[in-house]
Amino acid sequence: MAQTTSHQHNEEVQALPGRPVYIIDGTRTPFIKARGKPGPFTPVDLAVQCGRPLLLRQPFHPSDFDQVILGCVNVISEEMNPARIAALRLGMGDSMPAFTVQINCGSGMQSIDTAYKYIRAGDSDLILAGGAEALSHAPLLFRQQAVEWFATLNRTSSFVKKMKALAAFKPGYFKPVIGLLRGLTDPVVEMNMGQTAEKLAYLFDITRRQADEYAVTSHSRLHRAQQEGFLKNEVEPAFSNYGQVYEHDDGVRPDSSLEKLAKLSPAFEPPHGKVTPGNSSQITDGASWVILASEDAVNRYKLKPRAVIKDSEWSALSPSIMGLGPVLSSTAIMKRHQLTFDNVDLWEINEAFAAQVLACLKAWNDADFCKDVLGLEQPMGEINQANLNVDGGAIGLGHPVGTSGNRIVLHLVNAMHRLDKKTGIATECIGGGQGGAMLIEKV
Amino acid sequence: MKVDVLPHVENMRHSTPSYTSEKANWRTRIDEDGIFWLQLDKKDSSANTLSEDVLQELDEILADIEKKPPKALVIDSAKPKGFCAGADIKSFKNHDESGMADMLHRGHAVLDKLVALDMPTIAVIHGHCLGGGLELALACRQRIGIKDGLEMGFPEIRLGVHPGLGGTYRLTRLINPITAMTMMLTGKSAHDKQARKRGLIDDLVERRHIENAVRAAIGKGIKKRRRGFGNYILNTLIVRKFAAKKMRAESEKKAPSANYPAPYALIDLWEKYGANTHKMQAAEVQSFARLMVSETANNLVRVFFLHQSLKRQAKNHAGIQHVHVIGAGSMGGEIAGWCAMQGLKVTLSDQKAEPIAQAVKNTEQLCNSKHKSNAETRDALDRLISDMRNTGLENADLIIEAVPEKIEIKKKLYQAIESGIKPDAILATNTSSILIEKLADCLNNPARFMGLHFFNPVSKMLMVEAIGHENTGAEVVERMLAFTRDIGKIPVRVTSYPGFLVNRALTPYLLEAIIMLEEGIDKTHIDDTAKKFGMPMGPIELIDQIGLDICIHVADMLADSLDKPVAKIPGSVRKKAENGKLGKKTGEGFYQWKDGKAQRGENSSEKQSAKNNDDQVTDRLILPMLDACVECYRREVVRDLDHLDGAMIFATGFAPFRGGPIHYARTRGVNEIITALEKLCEQHDERFKPDQGWQSL
Repeated sequence: MAQTTSHQHNEEVQALPGRPVYIIDGTRTPFIKARGKPGPFTPVDLAVQCGRPLLLRQPFHPSDFDQVILGCVNVISEEMNPARIAALRLGMGDSMPAFTVQINCGSGMQSIDTAYKYIRAGDSDLILAGGAEALSHAPLLFRQQAVEWFATLNRTSSFVKKMKALAAFKPGYFKPVIGLLRGLTDPVVEMNMGQTAEKLAYLFDITRRQADEYAVTSHSRLHRAQQEGFLKNEVEPAFSNYGQVYEHDDGVRPDSSLEKLAKLSPAFEPPHGKVTPGNSSQITDGASWVILASEDAVNRYKLKPRAVIKDSEWSALSPSIMGLGPVLSSTAIMKRHQLTFDNVDLWEINEAFAAQVLACLKAWNDADFCKDVLGLEQPMGEINQANLNVDGGAIGLGHPVGTSGNRIVLHLVNAMHRLDKKTGIATECIGGGQGGAMLIEKV
Repeated sequence: MKVDVLPHVENMRHSTPSYTSEKANWRTRIDEDGIFWLQLDKKDSSANTLSEDVLQELDEILADIEKKPPKALVIDSAKPKGFCAGADIKSFKNHDESGMADMLHRGHAVLDKLVALDMPTIAVIHGHCLGGGLELALACRQRIGIKDGLEMGFPEIRLGVHPGLGGTYRLTRLINPITAMTMMLTGKSAHDKQARKRGLIDDLVERRHIENAVRAAIGKGIKKRRRGFGNYILNTLIVRKFAAKKMRAESEKKAPSANYPAPYALIDLWEKYGANTHKMQAAEVQSFARLMVSETANNLVRVFFLHQSLKRQAKNHAGIQHVHVIGAGSMGGEIAGWCAMQGLKVTLSDQKAEPIAQAVKNTEQLCNSKHKSNAETRDALDRLISDMRNTGLENADLIIEAVPEKIEIKKKLYQAIESGIKPDAILATNTSSILIEKLADCLNNPARFMGLHFFNPVSKMLMVEAIGHENTGAEVVERMLAFTRDIGKIPVRVTSYPGFLVNRALTPYLLEAIIMLEEGIDKTHIDDTAKKFGMPMGPIELIDQIGLDICIHVADMLADSLDKPVAKIPGSVRKKAENGKLGKKTGEGFYQWKDGKAQRGENSSEKQSAKNNDDQVTDRLILPMLDACVECYRREVVRDLDHLDGAMIFATGFAPFRGGPIHYARTRGVNEIITALEKLCEQHDERFKPDQGWQSL
């Protein structure tokens, strides 16, 4: 790709080849805190709750989409390919192609990125791209030994053999394995996600106090956004079959304070660690959708584009330091477009852990890291934290893993409009050692 | 490629075997294996009924089969709707008791001939298999049901009779006799799996497997079916005596023997003859013939035809796909839920989220109470879309307004939304007490505006009043009649009048009950008397159920807008309402309410129940209602007296076995009613003055 050397601060970032891809609209459900038992909605329920008001307000028919792409990590057994089930339940028609994407914590952004590439290449004009996750529904799993015991029992035919097989049972077989904990543990480096954050906190010298301070800010920003109505068009209420209505993200703690957070014990590496439930993202259920359109679709249905996607990038690194993923992906994009922190107006970095976000910021400001890892002559410098996660993030909201990547893009668009900013990057770290980033521009 | 493929392939298999049609109502073929396929295809009808000519032709076919026996006989239906909907009720009208018995004997002879065939006989059943249709199927040795939409039952009891073509003894012998009796006593059908579980069918298969299922059934041969030991025990005399007693007590609660003889005749039949097929057959014929010519059956058959004629008011489908309901209170929420369950896309708007959430919950319960599957319930709830910003307004085909009964609130709303709705969309109000024309005058296009008055609770009340005003477009009224029928309700077309038809007629009945209460008559006595007359619920309990506030509101509105005197609400009752004792919804009104039920307390009505007093109370309750009906007819609120009767039966539960208020008045004698009203007028006041419309009735 051609790179201009005469890039000016105010000039538009350069477009990649292919057709422009617009973000038209989007909504999400409130993020609902998991409370120790399955919540009121499955992943597809959430996708339907979120999709109905969004589709209702469009000037075209739901069947006018070319396809549906949904990110979802913890697919439940009743809902294989949740994208397709959601499309059917949303009344998008029997002939609507739909598929589910999974790259762990980046899945909701991967759906947008996949749609972006289809439209950019001219293969599609109108795509519904989302993320849905019901972490409260993550299954209890049987141990492998228990499964084998069952299988043996079923295979044996004679009475004696059956009794023998029965006798082989050990009580420990029925100790369930919590699927969610398994999913949050990296099998290659055998560290859970919290431990990777501990590692970054150590390597980049992040203190417990710094992490807690970051968490307090996150909560207060989200609380302000709710109070001021910044989320009004972004969050649509969800209604359960049991007569409850969920209107707001319910994980926010407006009374969060350093004193309170200081009392919490480390969750992942007790007793000496720094990463606590208070400075980590919460476990929640939620879904998010955005509508992506080509210029043709914009003209055909007289749509009002809100943003245009300029670029995207995925990158990977050791799973043990997965939290640095955003640095790799975002820097790649910024290099391609010759952007600096001065001309990216707004940032959304998914708050998996406060220490992990702070480690990213430190890495960008570290001369050695920037030179050796990013290949930069000079360090990138400091992101003005006033422009980062302006309305809070996953520490207050929670992190429904398949949804968060979608939410940060959606919220970035909305925040750019509210604050009248031109350019923004949404980026997230991804369990398993990856990062994803997306560059968008307000229209 | 995006094509909706299913509609193109669903009817792809055209290779239907060819039948010969020597008879008018039956088609026949013999396949390569020597199986005789007999298909019922009633002439000039979309559904099969078991009329005399159908049975006559079947008799001829069976005679041929006897002469030249095929390997097996299979009976099914050529109609997409179902196997057979039952006997042809119209044909019963022209017979007296002995003529009826003769006709039944002929029918029994045909079915007995089918039973006696010395080969496998198999009924292949889809859709409706009711009444006489089920009796035909029961005369086969085996029954195979086709999945989805299978409905088997004996609804005869609703017409004031019991099965008459062998159903009473064939069903009690085939399946658990208690289950069989319950099915016949309640008239409730068994669907799909339930039919299989109860043993009504031997196999339940997809249509695509019928050929194989039939061959498998034939393979079983014709060895005599032995009933299980349990069912044998349940059919012994001692059990029958015990069960019959319980059944009588149970029936008395739903259909008192004084008004509904059929259940008791059926119980007698089984109790006496349950062990003897021949005697039970003879007794069934006699009992059926006697019941069929009774006044109760006559009136219940009349109600059946009233239902048909009200539904037939609309010819085409309304073409409504998307309904937008404004106001998620109890009425709006229920209307929205009902429409969603019926397959429509519904957007439900309210300023608050909680009432919408409540409506979602109620809809889930509604679906459960209607035995919807999990997937059907999920789909209904997916179609019910909360819409707090009124986004659905612009795409809806029909907007139903159900906001509070304040004329200014409604007008303000109409003015705010009128410009935002589709040009061909219809705007309807669910008002129960505001004249339609008073609301219409604020609209730019009043032609598409009318009233659509649902009754509470929407899930139970079938009636909907469709109320046009002077300038409502004719096709708008037509579409709303069709819409009402499309969503499984019964429309009645009325003109705008204070209280429309139903509330105008019902209110005097409720008010008179309050006045009698004030006079010192016991509330349970009043309620019991009304129930004895045949009302489903007493007036005092009904007031509590509706809510004192609403009753007072409607009564005041009637008093203000009618030129006739209306009974005055006593101050003590107004005070009760002001103190928040509104009835069921607040836990106390005239009754205390517990778990949704009125607590009748100890003071039984026995002591006041002298015969004279009963009739007096009945007349004071019922005659003002009849008088208001006559007034409505005279004022052309409703133009068809049958529709009037139907509306009162389906909206208020007016004693169905009496055939409706006007039918009751005519049966009792119009002059006698006028005299009774005049007498009451002397005893009390002008509120009983007979309407001038009585003269021309």
